[in-house]
Amino acid sequence: MDTDAALASRLARDLEAGFPDLVEGHRDRLFTIALRLLGDRRDAEEVAQDALVRAFRAMQGYQPERTAALRLRPWLASIAVNLARNRRRRADDRLPPSQLEPMLATGFDLAQDGRSGPAQRADRLETQRELATALLALRPSVRAAIVLRHVDGLSVTETAEALGRPEGTIKAQVHRGLRELRAMLESEPAPPLTTTAPKRAERLRPALEAIR
Amino acid sequence: MTISTLTDAVLERALRELRATAPASVGSGALVATGLADRYARIDTALGRAFVAWNGRGVSWVGQAPDADTFESRFRAEVGRNITAAEALPARLADAIRRRLAGDRRVRIPLDLRGHTPFEVAVWMKALEIPRGEVRPYGWVAAEIGRPRAVRAVGTALAHNPVPLVVPCHRVVRSDGLIGQYSMGGPDAKRRVLVSEGLDTGWLEAEAARGIRFTGSDTTHIVCNPTCRDARRVTPRHRVTFPSLAAAASAGYRPCKHCRPVSLAA
Repeated sequence: MDTDAALASRLARDLEAGFPDLVEGHRDRLFTIALRLLGDRRDAEEVAQDALVRAFRAMQGYQPERTAALRLRPWLASIAVNLARNRRRRADDRLPPSQLEPMLATGFDLAQDGRSGPAQRADRLETQRELATALLALRPSVRAAIVLRHVDGLSVTETAEALGRPEGTIKAQVHRGLRELRAMLESEPAPPLTTTAPKRAERLRPALEAIR
Repeated sequence: MTISTLTDAVLERALRELRATAPASVGSGALVATGLADRYARIDTALGRAFVAWNGRGVSWVGQAPDADTFESRFRAEVGRNITAAEALPARLADAIRRRLAGDRRVRIPLDLRGHTPFEVAVWMKALEIPRGEVRPYGWVAAEIGRPRAVRAVGTALAHNPVPLVVPCHRVVRSDGLIGQYSMGGPDAKRRVLVSEGLDTGWLEAEAARGIRFTGSDTTHIVCNPTCRDARRVTPRHRVTFPSLAAAASAGYRPCKHCRPVSLAA
């Protein structure tokens, strides 16, 4: 697998020959970005595919020098974020918020994790579900910053580039996002599942610590 | 005051764990949409089951094969792209093809004809203008696309039509009136398709064997290709036949504006 810079110059030379490698290298992260921004797997599938197609069409219209100079990771992320934003606007009109939560269940793949026992896997799944739910409760601009910076793993500079905001703003939004996530995860779960439910943070901590 | 139990480092690690794997359809869907890979499904035609391949640019291939594996390997060898089976054609495309095969020439079907020459594409687009139930000679196509001497090349282009039936290359016949070759199963298959479209091929071939190339009406003094719908409305009492357009012209007949008959090389 070549670096993104090498891939960009291959795309500039022969878009059709290089594009399958771009798909291979970026589809999971574009799907992840869309899934964590929207919370719905079907929507995320469509956004990820659409982002790849739009990237292809954009590069078809670019001069080779422009394609070669693309920083693919932030560029593709920005396309996915914009598509997810448009979709959420439409979704906001039709979906009451209560319908978001059941859809989250489909975001995880238990079978993929072979590193721990069934009980720990279930714990971990529960933790991831709560974290994913908490992410969706963040305001969209903060959520996008957190998803790009910490789920996708872009640098602050790349996140700023993808979202078209100053680096200082990104840093502040990421800081704020982490603080709000922590507050949500440490709060009492409502409604409590059992009368003896421990504080969420106490329940979550072992599972979160187990993630390496 | 409680001490926060979730440090930034713990949260950041947990966020990284939210990475997910895209379903395979994301990648394959993007490649199909951009025309870098294709899907296929079966359709019913006058020649029985056939396979149709398509991508985001349009229909790319129509063909018969004993089974799906054979179709896939032929497609990969001929077209050079990957192809995967689909449950069915997209509804709009299925509807458009059904209407096209039923003779509706207004229905638009996007075609992916990348990799073919402008001459080939011109030949195929001209074949699309021939109405269902009618035929035209190779020489007519050659003249209509402004290459009157390229009759043989027209035949070769038609033989290479990647989307038979959708582009009705079967409606182009030999200039001597014989049915001629057909890429989807030879002259017999070509006859079957033409018959399914309402053309009496036995009658057409018998006329051709008698040297008839054009027919006209002695009331209108217009001369047509024998299968032109205007020519077929002429009653037997008023129907006249010609071995050549020159013979029709010297008898005072002018060419039909619908089927535009042209002089054919012997």
